[in-house]
Amino acid sequence: MTASGRFDVAVIGAGVVGTAIARQLARYRLRTALLERANDVGTGTSKANTAIVHTGFDTQPGSLESSLVRRGHELLSSYARTAGIALEETGAVLVAWDVAQAARLDEIVAKARANGYEHATRMDLEELSRREPYLADGATGAVAIPDEAIICPWSTSIAFASEAVGAGVELRLGVDVTDVGHEGDSWVLQTSKGPVRADWVVNAAGLHSDLLDRRFGHDGFTIAPRRGQLIVFDKLARTLVSSIVLPVPTERTKGVLVAPTVYGNVLLGPTAEDIDDRYDTATTADGLDGLLDAGRRLLPALVHEEVTATYAGVRAATEHRDYQITIHEEDRYACVGGIRSTGLTASLAIAEYVVEQMGAAGLTLVEADQEPQIPHMPELGERAIRAFESDRWIGADPAYRHIVCFCERVTEGEVRDALSSVVPATDVGGVGRRTRATNGRCQGFFCGADIAARLAARLAAVRR
Amino acid sequence: MSRTILPVDALVVGAGPAGLAAATALKAGGAGRVVVVEREDEAGGTPRLCEHSGFGLRDLRRLLSGPAYARRWVERAVAGGVDIRTRSMVTGWAGPGRAEVTGPDGLLAVHARAVVLATGARERPRAARLVPGSRPAGIFTTGQLQQWVHRQHLPLHGRALIVGAEHVSYSAVLTLRQAGVHPVALVTNLAGTQTFRAFDLATRVGLRVPVWTGTSVIGLTGRERVDGVLVRGPDGTARAVAVDTVIFTGDFIPDNELARLASLSVDQGTLGPACTADGGTTAPGVFAAGNLVHPAETADVAARRGDHVGQAAASWMRRGGDRTSPRPTVRLRVADPLLWVVPNLMEPGPAGIGPLLVRTKAFLEHPRLEVTQAGRILGSHRLRRMIPNRSHTVPSDWSGLVQPGEDVHLSVS
Repeated sequence: MTASGRFDVAVIGAGVVGTAIARQLARYRLRTALLERANDVGTGTSKANTAIVHTGFDTQPGSLESSLVRRGHELLSSYARTAGIALEETGAVLVAWDVAQAARLDEIVAKARANGYEHATRMDLEELSRREPYLADGATGAVAIPDEAIICPWSTSIAFASEAVGAGVELRLGVDVTDVGHEGDSWVLQTSKGPVRADWVVNAAGLHSDLLDRRFGHDGFTIAPRRGQLIVFDKLARTLVSSIVLPVPTERTKGVLVAPTVYGNVLLGPTAEDIDDRYDTATTADGLDGLLDAGRRLLPALVHEEVTATYAGVRAATEHRDYQITIHEEDRYACVGGIRSTGLTASLAIAEYVVEQMGAAGLTLVEADQEPQIPHMPELGERAIRAFESDRWIGADPAYRHIVCFCERVTEGEVRDALSSVVPATDVGGVGRRTRATNGRCQGFFCGADIAARLAARLAAVRR
Repeated sequence: MSRTILPVDALVVGAGPAGLAAATALKAGGAGRVVVVEREDEAGGTPRLCEHSGFGLRDLRRLLSGPAYARRWVERAVAGGVDIRTRSMVTGWAGPGRAEVTGPDGLLAVHARAVVLATGARERPRAARLVPGSRPAGIFTTGQLQQWVHRQHLPLHGRALIVGAEHVSYSAVLTLRQAGVHPVALVTNLAGTQTFRAFDLATRVGLRVPVWTGTSVIGLTGRERVDGVLVRGPDGTARAVAVDTVIFTGDFIPDNELARLASLSVDQGTLGPACTADGGTTAPGVFAAGNLVHPAETADVAARRGDHVGQAAASWMRRGGDRTSPRPTVRLRVADPLLWVVPNLMEPGPAGIGPLLVRTKAFLEHPRLEVTQAGRILGSHRLRRMIPNRSHTVPSDWSGLVQPGEDVHLSVS
């Protein structure tokens, strides 16, 4: 395929939604391009979120989001098991801390039912303290949501992209779409790396989706960027919390939660700040202080543990309360915007829905001769038997005996694999998202230079 | 999963100066088979990466470069019959004295009669200090910088800001200069530098790198690569400093994961395992030495204390290595502005506990140190000027007066 290329479908944006759509398109006899501005997949909102697989218990009943989250939960749980994406079914407890909040719990259970989720039940305070003994005193009521789970968000986008690429989708990284035009019946996307022609275009540009939508002549929504800052605590804090601890949500926000991560850390956050610059993923002193205050109120022992990382993500909220998915049949253009914080959970269902709608709108969907192969992702979950402790890995290749990232126990073999996989890492962050290396408590004190050197050597070899 | 069992008499975790000194002393003390497990490619610890002079004065009685000093300790240990295994990491415990190790020989289960933890300390990285802002490339700790420059020979350029003004911060100045990068300044939120006057003068006057005291780092900017640091000076005004690299130095925290996984009691001051003067922890047969216990001393102090702990561990083994023997019970605790004391655990009795190391958070001019137990004054000493990030030696001539039970408190006025 030449740099210009001609495709049946071009998907713009390789976040969790764009990669899921590309993966879905790969099931059919279509020439598909997946265009991404960054130099890796899943680097925007997809990498900086709370990493929760939602049941959708608190979505707006009757909304598209409600049905896609519910379907997505099922699809993603099953996909994660097959692909080896770390997923832990920790369940969640939603905790009320005053009388007014406690009074809303029945309404929350009823809303869950209206969303088709039947397993949310009131939990008594004794049960709560048995389950979460380190929680602060003073809870006034709780609801158990047993099917909320935690997942590795990084592996998810990478797995979708790897599957898509394996099935023939052309992934183009570092490609910025600068203009949109027509040539006969085709779209011509002017990009930083030459024009791309496609009969159909899918806008999965996340935080950029409204601006791109305007280039296609539509004006359905505006991204109102909302930043969420989060604090990741040391693994030694992991014993302090066993499930996702949710607050009673308000109109504006789902509030600050405490959750384990699949890597064995504890997450505290997010904040919810309306900001002007949709690319501003900086943390702030006020934001972090506010989170620590919240942490002290929720789980007092937590704030005595070391902080491993802080980060911020920007959610693609809009002025609407639902996802903004529109298939413009006459234009052969699908806009998949306004995918808010539930996008990770719903990704596979969104893809299924969007591709089905595109089919209904005239895209020819003929099943490919071969079904795409679901890739097997490296074991990143703390619960899994990881390479450094596995006979199988260590026996097969001595490179898995050499631990290079001490905090996260990542071996030389895993780093090598991340640099040479179907969708390889192209920077240190990319290695981290594929292996956990440099993401641990020392933040590269021990392995940062080693990983950078391995990356530089690999990039030099690829260039040659 | 199947592990090859490696029975040893003493297992030392970490081949830095403290671990190597402890292992050498264990071997010399008749401990039998002594194995040091080191996760890095080479034994020798942090001094390997400090390519400047200043090592060995207090233990080897000569002035050496960091790498030469590290080699000296490795040679000593090997000559003494210590078995050093590099690229080998203890990843957990299967029980007391039973270490799970991944290394070149695959998966091992090391069964040891005695364990010495000498896992060292690391510098708190930017995130752990809760410095807000963006998360660009170009942010280092000294440890990472040294590996970047001296081991991997990766490029650095432009201007750098050094956060901290303690001994290791000056080591970062030298590494940056070796890499051809100009340090803009050292920044400390304390009222003055915490290093020796000679280092301070050599840096400020000799190298023309200023020290901005009373100044905090309040933010980082830059999307891909760091482009600036926001600092707040002593007058309360914030300003941006344009830089390409930021080095967070010092602010050491013990690498205490294995100690905590072994359920050792942790001292709230050092955050390392609570330890007696002999390196005894709250678990029988588990000793701790080096900067895991006192974060962070110079290499020679760590080695000398490691040697002492190794001797004590050998002696415990010669006495039969009784894991059921009574454990030391009295804690030594400090009050603000003191930060920590080592040892911080003791058994009341006539045996002396040797000089204490004490740290302070703030500069203190000739403070009076008072030692009390249950309201009773055990001792009182006028100290010399106390400087943060430096240990102060305090006599323990009062230790014979300590009674079982209550904590001993150290405070200054």
